[in-house]
Amino acid sequence: MSILLEIENLSVEFETASGPFRAVDGVSMKVHEGEVLAIVGESGSGKSVSMLAVMGLLPWTAKVRADKMLFQGRDLLGLDASARRKLVGKDMAMIFQEPMASLNPCFTVGFQIEEVLRVHLGLDRKARRARAIELLDAVGIPDPASRLSAYPHQMSGGQCQRVMIAVAIACNPKLLIADEPTTALDVTIQKQILDLLMRLQAEHGMGLIMITHNMGVVAETADRVVVQYKGKKMEEADVLSLFENPQHPYTKALLAALPENATGDRLPTVSAAAFEEVLQ
Amino acid sequence: MSPVLEIRDIKRDYRLPGGLFRQDKVIHAVKGVSFALEKGKTLAIVGESGCGKSTLARILTMIDAPTAGELFIEGKRVDIAKDGLSPEMRRKVQIVFQNPYGSLNPRQKVGEVLMEPLVINQTDMPASERRERAQGMLKKVGLGPEHFNRYPHMFSGGQRQRIAIARALMLNPSLLVLDEPVSALDLSVQAQVLNLLADLQDEFGLTYVFISHDLSVVRYIADEVMVMYFGEAVEHGTRDAVFSNPQHSYTKTLFAATPRASVENIKARLARKAAA
Repeated sequence: MSILLEIENLSVEFETASGPFRAVDGVSMKVHEGEVLAIVGESGSGKSVSMLAVMGLLPWTAKVRADKMLFQGRDLLGLDASARRKLVGKDMAMIFQEPMASLNPCFTVGFQIEEVLRVHLGLDRKARRARAIELLDAVGIPDPASRLSAYPHQMSGGQCQRVMIAVAIACNPKLLIADEPTTALDVTIQKQILDLLMRLQAEHGMGLIMITHNMGVVAETADRVVVQYKGKKMEEADVLSLFENPQHPYTKALLAALPENATGDRLPTVSAAAFEEVLQ
Repeated sequence: MSPVLEIRDIKRDYRLPGGLFRQDKVIHAVKGVSFALEKGKTLAIVGESGCGKSTLARILTMIDAPTAGELFIEGKRVDIAKDGLSPEMRRKVQIVFQNPYGSLNPRQKVGEVLMEPLVINQTDMPASERRERAQGMLKKVGLGPEHFNRYPHMFSGGQRQRIAIARALMLNPSLLVLDEPVSALDLSVQAQVLNLLADLQDEFGLTYVFISHDLSVVRYIADEVMVMYFGEAVEHGTRDAVFSNPQHSYTKTLFAATPRASVENIKARLARKAAA
């Protein structure tokens, strides 16, 4: 399988009042075509920031540096802004955590799906509408033709997330980045959304990057897993060996803190001191 | 032993005004729930959003009055719609909310947050003692005296949830209602807060009503489990009974939907994928 995304030694820095803050520090990873890669970490581990850097969605205050950042062999950092905009949303797309907050409340769902089709594919009005209906149908929204004229506030959280997925897959992207796609949703809805993502991924042979902090979601979806902590990559392994035989002390601590793995009447906690020396 | 908390056929309706030509619409948020909970036990209430679990929490904490049904706290009948609420009843039940970012006043220092329940509920207590108690409580929840004069924005999510728990415990309640206390927290922080809750339960003999939709957390912490679906309690039993032998179809759906982080589960999935 050919390599879709290749990142080498990526670091992202933000300028703060107390000096530069390094949110991502020397992270490397590869995503192959048709592969599901999970990035796991706690809040503040830089997992979202590294993917936003790939998408080029960070504010201008962020300093992004990498030895290599290739998407289908093209250097992303060397592209000018307009060439990058042509790529983002078309060949690589992203789904965000808060479905309610990431759709525009002022426009109908149909408008927001058709906007992508107009900008990237230049379809005419009729073709756009037909494709939007097709997309809503593909993500499992009942009665798609009439739902096109609905506003985000008229839909539930799960339905909004489905619309977000429809927007993201509108141009048949090669790479889909899902940033905690189910964190805000109920378990039953979470299951539906994960099933939907996995089905679409298998059908289109997309590369999928799942950013999550839920070990259960990782176990249910991923082929390969990257564990991040404080902006650094701790461990990379295929999903089975990560759960069966975690190498890094941080991964071990994280798995031990899962309530379902509890053995005594208290949970082992992740203490930073235990693996802080490993980081040095 | 008499139960700390008992409810009988609690109902709560919300009226939506219909306007001039339309009839009022009534939403039955809680449709007749009953249970009894003994001292030192943990009851977990599970269900999806909109199933009425938070409405029930508001009734248990005497924030909201039920439309019908009876609420007994330590054997005493409480009816806030008719009699109002006395300070000593308020002392007995406290609540911890889901979002520690929203439930603390950003302009109030942590010390003031902790002392406020005492100012309101125990007016005769001297200021020096209030201070002492707040300092002591900070220590109990794993924070230090240096945190006394800080503002909530200076704390992480897990620390804020500790502050919210400390505030709830200031009046020595016998019952603590926890409305999704760990769902906004990271895995490692979640483990710390769950341990803290277990420690406090042992130390003070607290009774918990634990509302959650995370079944792995429920399985870890609960003695009894109640599953709610559209305002009704569809299943209620001991933890082991509910988890090993779920009766209602919704409970089964819920269990099936919960992602499991076990090696066997991953093996099964990879085998399915290879076969497809």
